[in-house]
Amino acid sequence: MLAAILSLGGIGLAAAVALGFAAKKFAVEVDPREQAILEVLPNANCGACGFPGCSGYAKMVATSDKIAAACPPGGAVVMEKIANIMGLAPVEAEPMVAVVLCQGDDGKARQKYHYLGVHDCVAAQKVADGPKTCPSGCLGLGTCARVCPFDAIEMTPDGLAVISRARCTGCGKCVSSCPRSVIGMKPLDATVHVLCNSHDKGGLVRKYCDIGCIGCMICKKTAPTAYEIENFLASVVYENHGDAEVAIEKCPTKCIRNFMDGYPEGSSFSAPTCMREAG
Amino acid sequence: MSVAMKNLKTFPGGLHPPDNKQWSADKPIEDCPMPDELVIPLAQHIGAPAEACVEAGELVKKGQLVGTAKGFVSVPIHASTSGEVVAVEPRPHPMGKALPAVVIKPDGEDAWLPGLQGGDPASLSPVELRDRIRDAGIVGMGGATFPAHVKLSPPEDKPIDTLILNGVECEPYLTADHRLMLERPEAILGGIAILQKILGVKRTCIGIEANKPDAIEQLTAATSDLPIEVVPLQVKYPQGAEKQLILAITGREVPSGGLPMDVGVVVQNVGTCTAIDDAVRRGLPLVERIATITGPGVVEPKNLRIRVGTSLQYLVDQCGGLKGEPAKIIMGGPMMGMAQLSLDVPATRGTSGLLLFTSENVPVRPEGPCLRCGRCVRACPARILPTTIAAYARLDLTDEAEAYHAMDCIECGCCTYSCPAALPLVQAIRGAKGAILAKRRKG
Amino acid sequence: MSSQLYLSSSPHVYAGDRTEQIMRGVIYALLPACGVAVYFFGLPALVTLALATFGCVGFEAACQKAMKQPVTVKDGSAALTGILLALNLPPNAPWWLTLLGAFVAIVISKQIYGGLGYNPFNPALVARVVLLISFPVQMTRWTAPAPLFSGIDAVSTATPLGQAKESVMLTGSLPSSMQGGMGDFLLGNMAGCLGEVSALALLLGGAYLLVRRIITWHIPVAYLGSTVVLAGIFWLVDGSRYPDPLFHLLTGGLMLGALFMATDMVTSPITGRGQIVYGIGCGILTVLIRLFGGYPEGVSFAILLMNAATPLIDRYTQPTKFGYVETKA
Repeated sequence: MLAAILSLGGIGLAAAVALGFAAKKFAVEVDPREQAILEVLPNANCGACGFPGCSGYAKMVATSDKIAAACPPGGAVVMEKIANIMGLAPVEAEPMVAVVLCQGDDGKARQKYHYLGVHDCVAAQKVADGPKTCPSGCLGLGTCARVCPFDAIEMTPDGLAVISRARCTGCGKCVSSCPRSVIGMKPLDATVHVLCNSHDKGGLVRKYCDIGCIGCMICKKTAPTAYEIENFLASVVYENHGDAEVAIEKCPTKCIRNFMDGYPEGSSFSAPTCMREAG
Repeated sequence: MSVAMKNLKTFPGGLHPPDNKQWSADKPIEDCPMPDELVIPLAQHIGAPAEACVEAGELVKKGQLVGTAKGFVSVPIHASTSGEVVAVEPRPHPMGKALPAVVIKPDGEDAWLPGLQGGDPASLSPVELRDRIRDAGIVGMGGATFPAHVKLSPPEDKPIDTLILNGVECEPYLTADHRLMLERPEAILGGIAILQKILGVKRTCIGIEANKPDAIEQLTAATSDLPIEVVPLQVKYPQGAEKQLILAITGREVPSGGLPMDVGVVVQNVGTCTAIDDAVRRGLPLVERIATITGPGVVEPKNLRIRVGTSLQYLVDQCGGLKGEPAKIIMGGPMMGMAQLSLDVPATRGTSGLLLFTSENVPVRPEGPCLRCGRCVRACPARILPTTIAAYARLDLTDEAEAYHAMDCIECGCCTYSCPAALPLVQAIRGAKGAILAKRRKG
Repeated sequence: MSSQLYLSSSPHVYAGDRTEQIMRGVIYALLPACGVAVYFFGLPALVTLALATFGCVGFEAACQKAMKQPVTVKDGSAALTGILLALNLPPNAPWWLTLLGAFVAIVISKQIYGGLGYNPFNPALVARVVLLISFPVQMTRWTAPAPLFSGIDAVSTATPLGQAKESVMLTGSLPSSMQGGMGDFLLGNMAGCLGEVSALALLLGGAYLLVRRIITWHIPVAYLGSTVVLAGIFWLVDGSRYPDPLFHLLTGGLMLGALFMATDMVTSPITGRGQIVYGIGCGILTVLIRLFGGYPEGVSFAILLMNAATPLIDRYTQPTKFGYVETKA
């Protein structure tokens, strides 16, 4: 009994001494500010700042003594905290949100073939440029939803990606994952968007989609300052989006949506209840 | 059967899908009639697409240059009949999108360009021979469409000692090369003589799978007094893949990331070989080829001599038309061919076959979890771990996929074919390869 | 027309064997052994088999429903686990023991890890070992075979391996006479778990698996071979203390283990080379546990230990990639 207590105690003591010694001997010097910054960061390691993860960002700020990039998921609150830690002026970044510029789910947009294979948009895009007839519409195989570090993207039952404005932090990972560039980064305070990505002529768009922008110019005629049309595709002028809402009713294909009125059809997200959530 | 089935040479791995060659193997090659329109794509080969050198309204003769090569790894494109150029514009291409093409309305004369002159290979230098091959627009006709002159231009520090003729035709359904070996052995031998002269090789082999005993017999007889070996090979897919063929015949393994010339070998398809003979001896550019039109979706499978640019619909019409509603249109063989969006695309220099499947041949197979059964590993001729790489690819773990040698995948399809869980392994590995290359480019 | 077309990346043809067919194949291969078990142990064997099978299928369906996963009991893997579990239980196992085993096998050692294909350990064996350690009395209450319609009442007895172990422990040598001879062992006329009894029926099933190419020869040959060699060495050293290799081969769960449990694809190495290493490991551990361990039978523990080593074996037995073999140019 005594032998057991002594031997176990001895092992414990020896290990404790060795650990203590190692902690002192092999301690890595860390700038305390780096640690402090890391603690206020969201720690989602999304890479939106352009550095390898949150620790990479914290190291950059602490060692270079300047805040060279903003942390989009952290937003103004985190940027201010970092500025306080560093004793520098905060970096202002307009809060952005990712928006899927397409509403053409399987019920509304035509398929040019049945796709069999890897359930991934990048893979499907390599098979005859993707199964959707529209060359710029959402493929609906969920690559963006898979890469989103904040679980902000859902796929509707009819195969359309929808991004939650409440959960999206604007990191932009989905934007670079989409093989058809359907996702755009838009200012968070704008809730009205033209949800179409097709630059094809109206006749062609009508052929392959019920809810695409046909470039008819009606929105621009209704609210001249809030819309611009380029290559048969309307978009909201975000510097001047106040009037954009009035054109929603007039759009013949209903491709303009105010997210305050709800998310695209099939989404389980509930409409933003207040401006704070929406923008 | 005159060929002993035992002790045949082969490579480790691979498998044997039902070959379904019986539908067209004994159908002699027929000439495909002239369609109303020929759509000749400017991108028909690996490398830079050719650049159009004719305009709409111009009259051209058969064999006239319509697209010039852009760079070393590129080949010129020629008119495949005489007639009027009606358009130079993007047209649906077998790659699944619209790509630039020269559209010709045939005048019915099918007149060759005057002045196309053959030459005696004996009196031409290796460089002149190679230039003729390049100017004739000759590409690898097994389906890979790699410009032939590039393979025939090994750098000084890579001496070539062996020439291998690929008459394996391991893809199921296809019989075009088989018929060619039976019907034009003299052109194959003529092409071999030209290739031997260009490369100065010591050893020449013709590799043929043992399921074509008549072709083996015929070529063995024809080469009896020539320094050419006919090597019967075990019937196994992908025996005709370049590196696997080299291993089977010479016992040499092309190093990872290397080319056949790294082990002193050049491989050419038998179809390429006859095209080389036509180009040098008769002065004819590559404007036609042999293709097998087959599958359960056509009434009468055939081997046709087709003009480059003939629409797939026209080819099917020559074979009695469609049998039932097509569910899948495949250009090439079933293991590595490319599924098509419609029959309204042209056949190219690389079209070794056209395969039509009806809905019974296109199973919709739900994916299951990997059972680790190891069938993909046993079948893989590159001896990599397909399921492991595909799992990393699904998680976008590009570095791990690369560490497991994703880049060594030859995309033969053995893993997907054998997978009981219906996992699309090759497609996932192909995706990983794309991601690895993109990462390398970024640096 | 174009909307009728299917497009996919190559290849466009596939082999016929699907997961369901593989599972069904293994179940067919187990039928002879199940038949022999029912013949020798009668109704209780049938009840245990049915309880385990339906229990596993039921637990799998319930678990997948609860975790909001698609229910995949149609793939046959749960039914197979159930049959294997039953074959690893004593003939007169109480009903609750069988159901508890089914729960452990499906829920604890399969679904929690992510379901089919993700379990590191063979579910049926985990269940057997959990039951063996937790309920040693119920798990080792053996009865002598009482063939159907023979009118013999079931009598408590020990397994041949148990007799050998006990005798060696008590007297330092093997028992002078054992119940039954090699012929009985081969046919299955001895005490033991349902699936441990008839080597012949198991060999028949194993042959079917090999012919159907569901398993390869590597694991069974390496496992049985290494067992025979190592047991043979001990037997030659001291034949009075250590039983002969044939006795090892035909008694206990070795045949079932080598042909059906160790060859479970999910938990064994993926390459032929790895499977040989794994099989040899199983064989050595089995003999060592049988001769020197606390339990008379070591097959379950041996296979589970080698299951744990599978990722490591896989790592070091990868095939040599094409193009990495030095050849003379």
